[in-house]
Amino acid sequence: MSSHSHTPAHAHHNAADSHHDDGAAHGSFRGYMTGFLLSVVLTAIPFWLVMSGVTDSRALTAVLVMGLGAIQIVVHMIFFLHMNPRSEGGWTIMALIFTLVLVGILLAGSLWVMHHLNYNMMPMSPEMMKNMP
Amino acid sequence: MFSNPDLMKFIFGRLTLESLPFHEPILVVTFIAVMIGALAVLGLITYYRFWGPLWRDWITSVDHKKIGIMYIILAIIMLLRGFSDAIMMRLQQAMAFGGNEGYLPPHHYDQIFTAHGVIMIFFVAMPFVTGLMNYVVPLQIGARDVSFPFLNNFSFWMTTAGAIIIMLSLFIGEFAKTGWLAYPPLSGIAYSPDVGVDYYIWGLQVAGIGTTLSGINLIATIVKMRAPGMTFMKMPIFTWTSLVTNILIVASFPVLTAVLALLSLDRYLGMNFFTNDLGGNPMMYVNLIWIWGHPEVYILVLPAFGIFSEVVSTYSSKRLFGYTSMVYATCVIMILSYLVWLHHFFTMGSGASVNAFFGITTMIISIPTGAKMFNWLFTMYKGRIRFDVPMLWTVGFMVTFTIGGMTGVMLAIPPADFVLHNSLFLIAHFHNVIIGGVLFGIFAGINYWFPKAFGFKLDPFWGKVSFWFWQIGFFVAFMPLYVLGLMGVTRRVSQFEDPSLQIWFVIAAIGAGMIAVGIAAFLIQLFVSFRNREALRDETGDPWDGRTLEWSTSSPPPEYNFAFTPIVRDHDSWYDMKKRGHTRPLEGFRPIHMPKNTGTGAILAAISIGFAFGMIWHMWWLAIISFVAMIAVAIGHTFNYNRDFFIPAETVAATENARTRLLAGQN
Repeated sequence: MSSHSHTPAHAHHNAADSHHDDGAAHGSFRGYMTGFLLSVVLTAIPFWLVMSGVTDSRALTAVLVMGLGAIQIVVHMIFFLHMNPRSEGGWTIMALIFTLVLVGILLAGSLWVMHHLNYNMMPMSPEMMKNMP
Repeated sequence: MFSNPDLMKFIFGRLTLESLPFHEPILVVTFIAVMIGALAVLGLITYYRFWGPLWRDWITSVDHKKIGIMYIILAIIMLLRGFSDAIMMRLQQAMAFGGNEGYLPPHHYDQIFTAHGVIMIFFVAMPFVTGLMNYVVPLQIGARDVSFPFLNNFSFWMTTAGAIIIMLSLFIGEFAKTGWLAYPPLSGIAYSPDVGVDYYIWGLQVAGIGTTLSGINLIATIVKMRAPGMTFMKMPIFTWTSLVTNILIVASFPVLTAVLALLSLDRYLGMNFFTNDLGGNPMMYVNLIWIWGHPEVYILVLPAFGIFSEVVSTYSSKRLFGYTSMVYATCVIMILSYLVWLHHFFTMGSGASVNAFFGITTMIISIPTGAKMFNWLFTMYKGRIRFDVPMLWTVGFMVTFTIGGMTGVMLAIPPADFVLHNSLFLIAHFHNVIIGGVLFGIFAGINYWFPKAFGFKLDPFWGKVSFWFWQIGFFVAFMPLYVLGLMGVTRRVSQFEDPSLQIWFVIAAIGAGMIAVGIAAFLIQLFVSFRNREALRDETGDPWDGRTLEWSTSSPPPEYNFAFTPIVRDHDSWYDMKKRGHTRPLEGFRPIHMPKNTGTGAILAAISIGFAFGMIWHMWWLAIISFVAMIAVAIGHTFNYNRDFFIPAETVAATENARTRLLAGQN
């Protein structure tokens, strides 16, 4: 049903058969170029951060790289997946919000859970841990 | 031939003659029996010259109805395998007391309980549920097929490929000995160096592709292909629960895929995600797999809730009580099911704040479920109830599931869980909700929709026999496990010391025997119904005085489901149409645009078995060739432009006129 077969009967499709005009935005050359350049820049900066070692703290570098990665995701969604609040009659944005909520729950939950991992365990020094059976 | 070990190792990887279980008499006998059965089936297919139709009409079919039926056949076959594992465990535990080692050596027993869990969840419950959704959802929303018919065929064959990979482990090599979720470090390369865990990983990865794609497909179908007039709040409840289930599938199965991929990196490339040293942490695996695992149980049970809603309303001859609250309860469960996963490992060592949070969310999830239970009760209240077989399963579910739900709330209390964790109490609890919820729902659904799929009803006598043996057998088999669990007996133990416990295991084994009779009665029911199909024939297409659109078309429905797309005014739209004196349009038929069958799905799945086999046995050449072949076939398929056709208007008219004559002959 997804193929465009231009047979004479094509006009007879009922509504359930063909939703080709789905209201999703289609890309332009300008849009793709913008997205491409932004992606390149957002990829180059993390490499530069790590290779030149401009920041002394590894933690800060990691946070910056993750942050730039997150921005990169947004760039891809806007310029390559053509997502906007109106596409597909609002379904795309709803699915995105649902995904963000779930990913938020999973990341925050996992961090919290793993941080709490040894709460009920006996305190142990690294030496004790090394000599564990 | 045997002179060059390097060459042998290159060709066969880890596979040697010792990998074949000649030394296990149980397996040899099983193998011989399976071979005889397989030869008989192949012989019959050849004798009746069924190979051609089998390939053209079934294996390559993109018709959602046939794919749905094939899913259910797969599930029934795997149910027999999973249940034989169950009965072997029950026998072993009833025997192995006070020095008696039983008849299963521990390494074999460990494989059996792992295989039982994996098969029952992934290859029985999932295909049953997916099959019913596949069959019913397009009919309920007035569509001609799913959104992506080829993808549907591909999904089915990937699921089957996963099942075949798991079944191969029975006779070539061995299966995982780790329990159904394969926790590391036990499932890591250090403690499970053999192929069992690899069978587990690749079986689930291959089947997981099928499940995820089928989830995407059904979401698109429900969102995009509803009949005109069917707004979201006019959708049948089964379609609603299917929508939510498939959203859960799409949101959670990638987590399973990722965590199994990390485990295989540990096993194949010596990485340390889940090992005990070099920064690895096995608890991360447990955390991640339950992020998938908890939504998974709602993936299974929500469609069952949908089936019960349809059945209760149909057989009470009443509109479902609290439709709106049912929809909201389903959606609340969808979100809450992502907030409870830690209750599977309260004992991991988290502090009170974490355990209290997840304990409370777990208890909260019983509120929407309870609301559903009351909705079903109030639907029955003052209804004109007909106790046909699907209704029996539904009432049986309401009693059984409520008990299971209450033990679930007990387990949700962290201090109680510290006592009951990994005990037989837990085993009894989740069998109580999975058998009492999912399986009873599936049997209700099969009895309910069978006449739609095949044009004749199922025999009610054997249906009732099956129901009562399942119902009573369930209580006899699992109530003793609650008792044993409270006495502190842990799960996955193959031999016991304390002879005073034996009586409970013997009772449980008797219960398992009764369930075996229930399964046999179900198979007899299928056979008897087929033999008496003329007497049980349903020519109206609406044998139960149904309420939703699937009953408006013929039984079995024509290839195109509906000659004209129905217009929906109300939920329970077919009931509404009947009340308004709806008449079938008898003329004005038009050619119908349909997708063409294709063998690509089955071919891709077959190659993926080769890929998995190569990965499992370290036959790298096979894995590489299969992988390249898979990509090539998939790309090749995109060049197949010959993928649709039109059913001519004359054919549609002939089919519909035949039905008109049939309906006229009735009155």
